[in-house]
Amino acid sequence: MSAPLLSVRDLRVSAGPLDLVDGISFDLGQGEILGLVGESGSGKTMACRALMRLLPSRQVAVTGGRILLGDDDLAALPEADMRRLRGHALGMVFQNPASHLDPVMRIGDQIAEGLRLHRGLDRKAAWAAAIDLLAQVGIPDPARRARNYPHEFSGGMRQRAMIAVALSCDPGILIADEPTTALDVTVQAQILRLLLALREARGLAIVLISHDLGVIAQTCDRIAVMYAGRIVEQGAKTDILRRPLHPYTQGLIRCQPGEDGGGPGLPLPTIAGQPPSAGEMPAGCRFHPRCPRASETCRREMPAPHALEGRIVACHHPLTGEVP
Amino acid sequence: MTPPLLEVDDLVVHYPAGGMLRRREVQAVNGVSLRLEPGETLGLVGESGSGKSTLGRALLGLTPVTAGHVGFDGKRVSGRDRAGLAHLRRNAAMIFQDPFNALNPRQTIATSIAEVLRVKGEVPPAEVPARVAALLDLVGLRPDLAGRKPHALSGGQCQRAGIARALAIEPRLVIADECVAALDVSIQGQIINLLIELKARMGLAMIFIAHDLAIVRRLCDRVAVMYLGRIVEEGPTEAVFSSPRHPYTAALVAAIPSLDPARPLPADPLPGEPPSPLALPPGCAFHPRCRLARPECREMAPPARHDGERITACVLSPDEITTTQPRSMEP
Repeated sequence: MSAPLLSVRDLRVSAGPLDLVDGISFDLGQGEILGLVGESGSGKTMACRALMRLLPSRQVAVTGGRILLGDDDLAALPEADMRRLRGHALGMVFQNPASHLDPVMRIGDQIAEGLRLHRGLDRKAAWAAAIDLLAQVGIPDPARRARNYPHEFSGGMRQRAMIAVALSCDPGILIADEPTTALDVTVQAQILRLLLALREARGLAIVLISHDLGVIAQTCDRIAVMYAGRIVEQGAKTDILRRPLHPYTQGLIRCQPGEDGGGPGLPLPTIAGQPPSAGEMPAGCRFHPRCPRASETCRREMPAPHALEGRIVACHHPLTGEVP
Repeated sequence: MTPPLLEVDDLVVHYPAGGMLRRREVQAVNGVSLRLEPGETLGLVGESGSGKSTLGRALLGLTPVTAGHVGFDGKRVSGRDRAGLAHLRRNAAMIFQDPFNALNPRQTIATSIAEVLRVKGEVPPAEVPARVAALLDLVGLRPDLAGRKPHALSGGQCQRAGIARALAIEPRLVIADECVAALDVSIQGQIINLLIELKARMGLAMIFIAHDLAIVRRLCDRVAVMYLGRIVEEGPTEAVFSSPRHPYTAALVAAIPSLDPARPLPADPLPGEPPSPLALPPGCAFHPRCRLARPECREMAPPARHDGERITACVLSPDEITTTQPRSMEP
């Protein structure tokens, strides 16, 4: 494999004394789609906002680790340089496009604005490029639609428009945080199709964040599973889904209704208990209070991520050699 | 033959939308007919704007009905008959999507549940604490959580408290509106299992409103698929999911993300998005997105066709719906 486009090493994001993301490492290759899956509070959104250095408040900060993109370490870059890279190197789309598009600005102008500022296009060229981008993200009749305001777009079209804004400066990496969670299932399929098509057409690398393992399974090349601020398992999609090594990954897969082979009226497999909050992390492995395989070691020692059967897993008692 | 627990005839719910100059109307429910037998669970599925939540609220008299008829236990509950509505409300309860907003934030969960018992007035005041404790135990909440307020509970615990409150009136019918949509997947299973257990234990009839088809398939005996205020297909859950007879149902089933890494995204998902319920298309409301639409679909809404237990509102015959390959959800 050639050198990764983006390398994250021991990334730590903290809010005061609380670690929201506690030392995660992953690589993203050119044209690769990496799925970051986890439940609410697992730190997946904070990790990705840290990549863009778009953390929600001054209290939340990157407190350790490196984010290597080419020759730059985004974790240490001055804000002025970071502003240059946002848009150019990294683009981002969010769960709720309505709150990330300007309601009183025409869609075409919102796309053209970035093109004028970052690529120095004049007004006319930027407008033409904006229409071209709208066409690329599958907006019908883009020349007319560019003159619409966000409220005149449906939910799926707004998400397409936001993808066009994120792609306007031709970034190599797109970070998509729950991009289909607010959409209906038939529209979700359209947007996921669009992301796959853009990867093909542009060689775009994508970090796709979702709580929905089904969405991840249908789009990603590799999967990283997060639990309580850490990556517990990462590897190729097929390996992870067909033969999970971490008990949490296995639990997550079994919890999906319709995936355990059970019939109507039969109880669903569950993971007992609930995820810990950042203020009350258990000692040792953070999953141990909910884990059926937990031992004394798990209660005492935090498992270090290590390579195993072609992936990286952080568990004292991985599910090796077992039929899932 | 015993009468159905709930009978809905040609129910219409329209309500005015905002707008000062143009009076517009949201056509949320446009002629829905349903029957629910005692102890039966019906899934109501559809995308946003399909009218499934409005229908659920209208059944309990929480939203005014424009036309049509709702009967509960053989008594008419829609319209002016307050006695029928009072009877319904003593026997039916709702579980909401957001458990935090459904409970009073200033009251402990024990107080919230006790309030329901007091209003219903069938439990002597001295026995209320014991009954509250029994309800909390029924939904799997530890007794020490009784004194907590909603913000001091997790989402799953809060939803259990909401279910305990709904069960306090000993309902024969429960309407659950997206009651697990806000919960993490590992917690969703816990709540669904609780509902499966309660259903078996108390003989509850349930209308389960959800957009998640995989959960509906697990929980419900029958399913009704809604699109823009109408039921387009209804029947036994397994039959509807394994061989859909309406092109919309087929597309919905095909769009469920699968965990099988070898199964790619549907190559050709349903085009477009549902139109606004403010401006319904003429004829069959689904025709602008339907690849199999015929000229007559643009003119006339298809009547419901009955075939045994299955009902379909589509002019096509079942074997014509093959372009969107329906598939099983089994791995």
